[in-house]
Amino acid sequence: MGEPFSVKDCALLTLATGKKAQNLQELRDRIITAHPGSIYYHFWGGMLRSSFDDPEYPNDFAVWAWRGIHDAPLAERLALIDPSDYADLENLRQEVIDVIEQRLDETEHIPWAQKDHQFHLMRSQIVIFDTDIRLHDVESLARYIQRCSRSSIFYHFIDSRRRTASRHDDFSEWLMGLGEDHSLLIDTLAAIDPFFSTLTELREEIAQAMIHYVDRGKSDAISGRI
Amino acid sequence: MRSLEEYSPIVGEDVIDQIRQLARVLQGAKIVHVNSTREGGGVAEILHWLVPLKQQLGLEASWEVIKGGQAFYECTKSFHNGLQGNHVQIPESLFKAYEETNRQNVEELRDKLASADFVFIHDPQPAPFLKACPERKGKWIWRCHIDVSHPFRPVWKYLREYVVGYDASIWSLADFAQPLPHPTFLIPPSIDPLSEKNMDLPAEEIEAIRQEFNLNPDRPVIVQVSRFDRFKDPLGVIQACRLAKNYTPFQLVLAGGGATDDPEGARIYYEVMEAAGADPDIHALLLPPDAHRTINGLQRLADIVLQKSTREGFGLTVTEAMWKGKPVIGGNTGGIRLQVVNHHTGFLVNTPEGASNRIRYLLKHRAKIDEMGRKAKQFALEYFLLTRHLREYLTLMVAITHASEERIELS
Repeated sequence: MGEPFSVKDCALLTLATGKKAQNLQELRDRIITAHPGSIYYHFWGGMLRSSFDDPEYPNDFAVWAWRGIHDAPLAERLALIDPSDYADLENLRQEVIDVIEQRLDETEHIPWAQKDHQFHLMRSQIVIFDTDIRLHDVESLARYIQRCSRSSIFYHFIDSRRRTASRHDDFSEWLMGLGEDHSLLIDTLAAIDPFFSTLTELREEIAQAMIHYVDRGKSDAISGRI
Repeated sequence: MRSLEEYSPIVGEDVIDQIRQLARVLQGAKIVHVNSTREGGGVAEILHWLVPLKQQLGLEASWEVIKGGQAFYECTKSFHNGLQGNHVQIPESLFKAYEETNRQNVEELRDKLASADFVFIHDPQPAPFLKACPERKGKWIWRCHIDVSHPFRPVWKYLREYVVGYDASIWSLADFAQPLPHPTFLIPPSIDPLSEKNMDLPAEEIEAIRQEFNLNPDRPVIVQVSRFDRFKDPLGVIQACRLAKNYTPFQLVLAGGGATDDPEGARIYYEVMEAAGADPDIHALLLPPDAHRTINGLQRLADIVLQKSTREGFGLTVTEAMWKGKPVIGGNTGGIRLQVVNHHTGFLVNTPEGASNRIRYLLKHRAKIDEMGRKAKQFALEYFLLTRHLREYLTLMVAITHASEERIELS
């Protein structure tokens, strides 16, 4: 029997950095010198803050490329960047710079935004706290997920991908350490794309996967006894 | 006073649990909020729920109001206009009244302010409090609710001297945040879904409000609720409606409450009455500051809500309308842009002509009114209710005591 699962929660604060970009070249320059926290915020923080979900563009750079400078090819390329594919924020930063520079090479004119549609570079502070909730088995976890906070889902399922060496979600990491074979559930969780749904929808999806897995295990056990 | 648990059926138990957990590390903290009016305007409305809820969470929160005379309010109204971009000329005598009023108010509150763990100073009116209280021990935060994206520079330059020394500032939007040498947090405001202005109302009460203001039940109603203030563009609203009424019949309600710190309201109301003339379909209503249920009823009677501001801090009236499931036609400015997502929760417009076109479009496509209204309500539920706002205030108090660390792990 491994350690119980410690449920943590988090709250995100947004800070203005005062850095703005009026055109694509300025954006590239601001990203080069930006605090790593800004890269985190514009890729990962979006899910935790007040913004209308844009199903097409999962990060702020892509959204601005479309809404700010109306460059659809650039918006599509930036939207494709999955932050969890990169070992750290510096690699992620470099990828964004590469995509923007490629676009700058392709275009004759530097795309500009209207005066009041600048890109505001921001950063975040994240406060993480222990809920004192400990879950000792998969079934307890499955039942709990349905009522845990959306920010807790963010912390354990999204933020974990840049925190953990394996870039897994925390639930899978814990399941791997239980000493039992939960690979079916781990594979199911790995197949959930966290970037195109709200945290409420994501919570539902994870809860359904876990409950289905637990219920199936129970019915298998019953049929085994029969 | 409502308990935090009463919000649970609306926002979910998980949201309430999270707030309680965050508040645990702040138990017993002494918090003082200072603003300039107890009734009228968005700031007072926020403090009416924020302070009692902090108290319920075990924090020693209190709310003080700066008291001043006519010259003080004339000065701060000019600040307000100047910060929103108007080229105002402020006589030296008003600056003196502003500084003297602040000095006197700090004297009355000195012990309380000096011993507080956190002091939140709202807007420019009490901004000089910090300089007048050098013996302070806690963290002082200046909360700016105004659109300062394009300020009249002399006014901002004067106020900046008072604001620069704060430990942090809070702004509603990134566009508004001015460069300052301290952390500048972005926290949009919110509404209280259980307040008289936003709670569900019985159908009979809504009907009584319809009758009270002689609104025809057979014709659509378009409502703008806001103070009678030039930046809310009530005259532009009348122009937009006159243009649209050439094509489709409806009634316009312009309803404004007064605020004790706004001496300009009566002048603008007079101009609106003149512009409305004898048109029976334009209802300009000057409502008392506590007419919350009436405003609630008018918003619920509306088919479409307008907020055609040319400058806007955040636009809580937009949030209120969205919470009631109404599409909003809003001015393309300030916090309205954060809430009105073009073609999803309403339309952003830049001119009376633009507003007129969108009114005609929505009245023609009634299904769109319902679809946008549904999306607007869901958006308000997830992001613009007081529970999110309260959580961010608590988080900020925790964060500000940990310098500028990016990740703060509480044990």
